[in-house]
Amino acid sequence: MIDQLLSYSKTTNLAALEVGKHFYWHVGNFEVHGQVLIVSWIVIGVLVLASAIATSNIQRVPVGFQNFMEFGLEYVQGIAKDQIGEKEYRPWVPFVGTLFLFIFVSNWLGALVPWKLIELPAGELAAPTGDINTTVALALLVSASYFYAGISRKGLGYFSKYVQASPFLLPLWVLEDFTKPLSLSFRLFGNILADELVVGVLVLLVPLFVPLPVMILGLFTSAIQALIFSTLAASYIGEAIEGHGEEEHEHH
Amino acid sequence: MDPLVAAASVIAASISIGLASVGPGIGQGNAASSAVEGIARQPEAEGKIRGTLLLSLAFMEALTIYGLVVALVLLFANPFAA
Repeated sequence: MIDQLLSYSKTTNLAALEVGKHFYWHVGNFEVHGQVLIVSWIVIGVLVLASAIATSNIQRVPVGFQNFMEFGLEYVQGIAKDQIGEKEYRPWVPFVGTLFLFIFVSNWLGALVPWKLIELPAGELAAPTGDINTTVALALLVSASYFYAGISRKGLGYFSKYVQASPFLLPLWVLEDFTKPLSLSFRLFGNILADELVVGVLVLLVPLFVPLPVMILGLFTSAIQALIFSTLAASYIGEAIEGHGEEEHEHH
Repeated sequence: MDPLVAAASVIAASISIGLASVGPGIGQGNAASSAVEGIARQPEAEGKIRGTLLLSLAFMEALTIYGLVVALVLLFANPFAA
C-alpha cells in the first residue's frame, strides 16, 4: 500500500502553489482579471438571492431566515449609527451595509468554497478581495463618498477645516486624504492574500489537518477585516459630516 | 533574474516582515493587557471592552500587513526582475 501511495504522489500533483497568474479577459482596450469578476458575480448572486428569499414572505413577527437577515440589517445599522451619529446615519446605511456584506461574504466564500474543483484556463478562482484592484476600488469608493458627504453638507466650506486649527496642518490633511484609501485597501488586501498564501503553503507541506487551525483563524480575521473596513468608512463619513452642533453630544 | 537582485530581494523581504512584526507585537500586547485589566476592574463592561480590543488589534495588525505586502511584492511581483 505504501508503494501505491508513493507512486500516486509522484504522478499527480497533490498540491501546488502559484501566485500572480491571472485569467485575463479582453474588454475593449482593457485587460481584466476574469477570475475576480466571476467570483464577484457569484458573491453578488448569493447576496441578492438571500435578500430575495428573506423578503419573499414577509411576516410582521420575523421567523427563520427573515429573522436572520433582519439581525444582519440591525448589525449594519448599528455600525453606521455608532460612527455617524443618531441624526444622520440613515442615508448611509445602504452604502456601509453593502461594503460590509460584500467584503464579508466574498472573504468567507473565498475561504470556504472548494474553488479548485473548477478548472480555469489560467490562474484559479479565489476571494475577489485578494486582488489589489478590488480593494483599491472599494477604498476609492469610500474616499469619493466621504468627499461627497462633506461637500454636499457644507459646500466648498468643507475645505476650510483643512486650515482651521492651524495653517501648518494643511500638508497633514492632504497627506491624510491620500493615506486613508491607501491604508484601507492595503489592510484588506494584505490580510486576505496573506491568509490565502499561508493556507496554500501549509497545504503544500502537510495536506491533512495541519492547515485547519490557520483556516479557522483566517475566517475569523477576514470577518473582522470586513467589520473594520465598513466601520472606518462610516467613521470617515461621520467625520466629514460633523459640524459645530455635534460637539455638545460628546459631553455626557 | 540577476543573482544580486535576487539575493537582495530575499534579504530585504525577510527584514521587512521581521521588523514589521516587532512594533505591532508590543502594541497589541499592551492593548490586550489594558483590556484584561479593564475587564478585571469592571466585569459588566466586558462586551464593550472586547469589541474595542478587537477593533484596536486589527488596526495594529494592519501595520504588520504593510510590511508583509512589501515582502510579498519583492518575492512574487519583483519590479526589478529582468
